[in-house]
Amino acid sequence: MSKAAGLLILDYWVSPFCQRVKIALNEKGLQYEDRHENDLFGGKSELLLNSNPVYQKVPVFLHDGKPVCESTIIVSYIDETWSSPPLLPPCSYGRAQARFWADYIDKKVFDATGNIWRSKEVNVEAKNEFIGILKQLEEALGDKDYFNGATFGFVDIIAIPLTCWFLAVERIGGFTVAEECPKFSSWTKRCLQRESVAKALPDPEKVYEFVLMFRKMQGID
Amino acid sequence: MEGEVVLLDFWPSMFGMRTRIALAEKQIKYEYREEDLRNKSALLLQMNPVHKKIPVLIHNGKPICESLIQVQYIDEVWNDRAPLLPPNPYQRATARFWADFVDKKIYDLGGKLWRTKGEEQEAAKKELIECLKLLEGQLGDNPYFGGKDFGFLDVALVPFYCWFYTYEKFGRFSIEAECPKLIAWAKRCMQKESVAKSLADQEKIYDFVLHLKKALGIE
Repeated sequence: MSKAAGLLILDYWVSPFCQRVKIALNEKGLQYEDRHENDLFGGKSELLLNSNPVYQKVPVFLHDGKPVCESTIIVSYIDETWSSPPLLPPCSYGRAQARFWADYIDKKVFDATGNIWRSKEVNVEAKNEFIGILKQLEEALGDKDYFNGATFGFVDIIAIPLTCWFLAVERIGGFTVAEECPKFSSWTKRCLQRESVAKALPDPEKVYEFVLMFRKMQGID
Repeated sequence: MEGEVVLLDFWPSMFGMRTRIALAEKQIKYEYREEDLRNKSALLLQMNPVHKKIPVLIHNGKPICESLIQVQYIDEVWNDRAPLLPPNPYQRATARFWADFVDKKIYDLGGKLWRTKGEEQEAAKKELIECLKLLEGQLGDNPYFGGKDFGFLDVALVPFYCWFYTYEKFGRFSIEAECPKLIAWAKRCMQKESVAKSLADQEKIYDFVLHLKKALGIE
């Protein structure tokens, strides 16, 4: 474990975007301070508002006080600053493919889960859209152990935290990912065996409780 | 090193323009293929089955999709000339952050200016001006967003300059009045051959949007 000076994450426990950053830092063997924003919906900290004035969102990664925002950009920054082990493949085409799938995951997955768990009634269209996205990702995975190939990497880091929300989606949507997308399910289990991942992710049951509380607050339940 | 480079594109697309600029900056010879988006080619559908969108960059038969990813790919492969991203990781993260901001905000807000009317249009105009002012602030005293040299964020944003005329006409405002420094920057970029050759004519864009509105049945 190496200690690099002044690494700080402004975090919120349920945010899969914050978890991406933690996994990347864990993969690089770096120690960091994990500062939880306790009142994300009511009173954001001064540091958060000053470090991310544009979006005022977590995660913010501070390296010797200099802020980096947007989780995918933070993971790239971590990979470029601490080169070992590399999270992106060495060849330019492989890197372009990795960035493409990270962008696809960013554009599609979280919103698709939201369309299911924010819905009062069971939304079949939303469920089919969500399954379609996972099937597309299964195609991208192919026969590889990880999206990155034989080793865990960038796209795996971008995707895996989102799977903590799948239990909530399954219970509310009335289906299971294991049944609909077994390959994706196997990849998920494989990633969860990594210490860097297991340490960073919340219990999906707790995420489900959070979703239920959120639904009640919004008057959906 | 060059190999075969093909760009599937659509002439008014700001996203396609980014890739054209990057290719021109690196002086890469390529085949430009115009797509009819109402009748997409088999090649486009084969090379970008996920999004079915332009631009698609095809290098030695292999597709790269999404304009900012294409620009980074071009920068990495042809790394012996005209660097677009700086070597320092923090500066790279900053450039990527603001390019992502452009992607998240400018296209949709600009689109609302010509697609909508009344309150929705006014709100979009207000927010677009705020976003452009934020971007303008990033220039500081530098000639380019890349600093002394034209770089990644310049490539990401400058194609929108040929759409400003359309935004201004529909929104009934002047971007130069609101963001004079930004327009000065854009004119400076237009003095570069790579930019001047890659951007579409602003009046042609305006005509295109007029036709598009008619075709889409938007008043």
